[in-house]
Amino acid sequence: MLIQQVFNGLALGMGYALIAVGYSLVFGILRLVNFSHGSIYAFGAEMAMVFIGFRFGIIPGIIAAMILTGVLGICIDKVALEPLRKKKSMPIASLITTIGISNIVTQLLIVFLGSEKRNFPALFDFGSVQIGHIAVSSTQIMMCVVSLILMTVLVLIVYKTKIGLAMRAGEQNSRAACMMGINVNFVISFTFFLAGVSATIAGVLVGSYYQIVYPNMGYMAGLKAFAAAVLGGIGSLPGALLGGLIVGVSESMAATFLGSTYRDSIAFIILIIVLIVRPHGLFGRKGITKV
Amino acid sequence: MIDVAKEVLLEVKNITKRFGGIVAVDHVSVTVNRGEVVSIIGPNGAGKTTVFNMLTGVYEVDEGTIRFKGEEIQNKKPKHIVEAGISRTFQNIRLFSDLRVIENVLIGAHIKTDYNFFQSVFRTKKFRDVEDEKTVEAIRLLKSIGLDHRRDDYASNLPYGDQRKLEITRAIATGAELILLDEPAAGMNPQESAELMAFIRHLKNEGYTILMIEHDMSVVMNISDKIYVIDHGKPIAEGLPIEIANNPKVIEAYLGGVHNDA
Amino acid sequence: MTERIKRLINKEDDCCQDTIKPGAGTLHKIEVFTDKNKFSLGLAAAALLIALPFILGDQYLLTVIVKIGAYAILAMGLNILTGYTGLVSLGHAGFVAIGAYTASLLSVRLGADFFTATLAGMVVAGLVGVVLGLPTLKVTGTYLSIITLGFGEIIKMIAMNWATVTNGTLGVKNIPKPSLFGFDMTVGNFGMYYLMLALVIITAVFCLMVVKSKTGRAFQAIRADEMASTMMGINITAYKILAFVISACICALGGSLYATVIGYIDPNTFNFDVSTLILSIVILGGMGTIRGMFVGAAILIAFPEVSRFLMEYRFVLYGVILVIMMRFRPQGILGWKSTLPYKLNKRVREEIEKTEAKETAGD
Repeated sequence: MLIQQVFNGLALGMGYALIAVGYSLVFGILRLVNFSHGSIYAFGAEMAMVFIGFRFGIIPGIIAAMILTGVLGICIDKVALEPLRKKKSMPIASLITTIGISNIVTQLLIVFLGSEKRNFPALFDFGSVQIGHIAVSSTQIMMCVVSLILMTVLVLIVYKTKIGLAMRAGEQNSRAACMMGINVNFVISFTFFLAGVSATIAGVLVGSYYQIVYPNMGYMAGLKAFAAAVLGGIGSLPGALLGGLIVGVSESMAATFLGSTYRDSIAFIILIIVLIVRPHGLFGRKGITKV
Repeated sequence: MIDVAKEVLLEVKNITKRFGGIVAVDHVSVTVNRGEVVSIIGPNGAGKTTVFNMLTGVYEVDEGTIRFKGEEIQNKKPKHIVEAGISRTFQNIRLFSDLRVIENVLIGAHIKTDYNFFQSVFRTKKFRDVEDEKTVEAIRLLKSIGLDHRRDDYASNLPYGDQRKLEITRAIATGAELILLDEPAAGMNPQESAELMAFIRHLKNEGYTILMIEHDMSVVMNISDKIYVIDHGKPIAEGLPIEIANNPKVIEAYLGGVHNDA
Repeated sequence: MTERIKRLINKEDDCCQDTIKPGAGTLHKIEVFTDKNKFSLGLAAAALLIALPFILGDQYLLTVIVKIGAYAILAMGLNILTGYTGLVSLGHAGFVAIGAYTASLLSVRLGADFFTATLAGMVVAGLVGVVLGLPTLKVTGTYLSIITLGFGEIIKMIAMNWATVTNGTLGVKNIPKPSLFGFDMTVGNFGMYYLMLALVIITAVFCLMVVKSKTGRAFQAIRADEMASTMMGINITAYKILAFVISACICALGGSLYATVIGYIDPNTFNFDVSTLILSIVILGGMGTIRGMFVGAAILIAFPEVSRFLMEYRFVLYGVILVIMMRFRPQGILGWKSTLPYKLNKRVREEIEKTEAKETAGD
């Protein structure tokens, strides 16, 4: 029972980790909590469903959804956030903007697709594997495998490619990076694109795991993934993975042993404890105060 | 060299600060008498601001003692150090920039504004008396500094030189007897530094004691009663301006320092 | 080579532009005008506010207005923390919930009257405010906001799971209307409106008293520069906790009022959307101003009601308003810095004139 729940939690946690990556990437470069990310995740899942419905193949459908969601991320940045950076607005202005965007995206989804929960095809259901007393479904295995591959790809992009170097430079000091001839705005767009793509993958995986999607699905999942990102140390990719897994496992434990009404809050309790003990998360770097 | 008849206000003995393996400040001693202007100079990264940060309780002191008016104050909380009578300014001006000039000064007088929360909510007589008294004091202080015509302006709208002045005024408003100035002439043109010098002299004449860190040699040499030189965290010389100017060790530290940095 | 430099400079312009400040001429004129006619304008506003229920006479409109008042109180509460002290809270719905639940449960289960129950709610919220303020010792900035977000969710969880007391997900029903000397206040007999009006005015005056004192100055100093505030001898942690407590108490008051107006609460009445709604009111109206809270609450609460003809698009528009505001007027609709001189009272002016007279005589 316990091990079964741990495994369920790990699979779920991989989904959170993929959403958390989006928060982490954007926070790393803009020092901004992108509250619209939950709605981007829901958008990705809904779009995947729409495109799969067009029947030109599942994989092309998912890829189309990934690209569209990535582009949505770029548009959000270009239309709403970049002008604020140019004006050097207060950080809270950007924060509120992302809350507004989240509202717009979610409500537009409701207007065009309806607010009800719809069945999502179980894409990876090839039965389940029985190991001792533990039943592991193929969807769960798929979630873990895809997430790990995606994480590896992201780490490779950030640490091994030229654009990744630019991202890290922008994260350290965007002004200096700008002076060095790095097109910071392009880097930021790219970051939003990556965040959108990984959110879509998370949406497809989680959607096919529960076999439902709905416009508000990003609300709680977004908050919890955000907790996961902070828990691990926001801005750090391994941190996002670890945070996601902690949130996933603790949620699955809480739902089983405490009752389902606890599942949504356990992430925040852990988050608060971690932040008080380690104010910058598990893998976060501490800044030095200079006078 | 040191006039024995004078009252010692601040006595720093062998203070040391380590960051990991690096000794940022290594057994530095400074004595400031009441009414003096004392300067600490040294190349960039010599540990001068670290000394200030220890004096004001921002950093903990690893070794050594700081006595202010005979009482040990090292490792006390900034609040208690301000209450004891030491106040400071910052290298890069740190005003409450979206507040008015007079509000900045009133915030300086925070610890002397002795009414409690409930007295302010119910606007009791005590509140009105103290508030009025502090406001009058703030305006008088601004007048004596020559900033009163700027009283209603927002701090961020002041010209650079006035911002420095306001920062010093705010430090004075805490009721401090010893004022620490961290590179007051930084970023000033020669005319502005000349004005600043006159201003510091004016403060000295008013009876304030000043300990400052400064790079501008014309300012340091002209107004200091005593100069301490530190390099790489270690004290290398102390004395009157004329003695320091001709000290071969100091000259080497500066020229050598420049050489190394480049 | 020069081309490259030119490009670099252009690029710098692209990502490091300066802000352009609009002129303040008209604003100054308006401010001088309001200041001069303070008394008559105040009288007109008071007359309008007292007569309003008779003019409108409509239950539905009055309910909306009472809701606006309740949200204005909530916004004033958050404003102390976010607007003046600079600590952004994303979980203030938690304090609203504490106030609403404590007050409603006391009146439903123990028959306590509205005012006692509300006071109890404020005390409980204040104590919780101390607890939530404690992390400010170690945690700052975005991380503190995140803790408040978690706090909001945890309060919701407690409301859901502590079923023996809170009635769990079923919520609290039939919350009694407040009554004073045997007079039951409802929306119908305008009692609720005048109660709201009184509470809003008390809250506004309280906030004004706090802000215009050394406490308010310390809050604003902390917002502007924590290090400099420390060096002025301000006990940063104590003042941050105080800001949390004041903010929590005011929000509990607003929550209690809200609960009795609506008559029914459940854990989902106080979700993250409520926290962001309060924050949006504060920012839309103008952070660090009290006047802004009324305008912000009026716009954001009335908007979904007056725009019913837009049907489902109106919630989209709500997001659009936030985005556009942040882009073109991030300081909020009424968020300007006063262009009037700093107010000195008569005694101070006389005192100053006296010294000036002495100085001229001395010369």
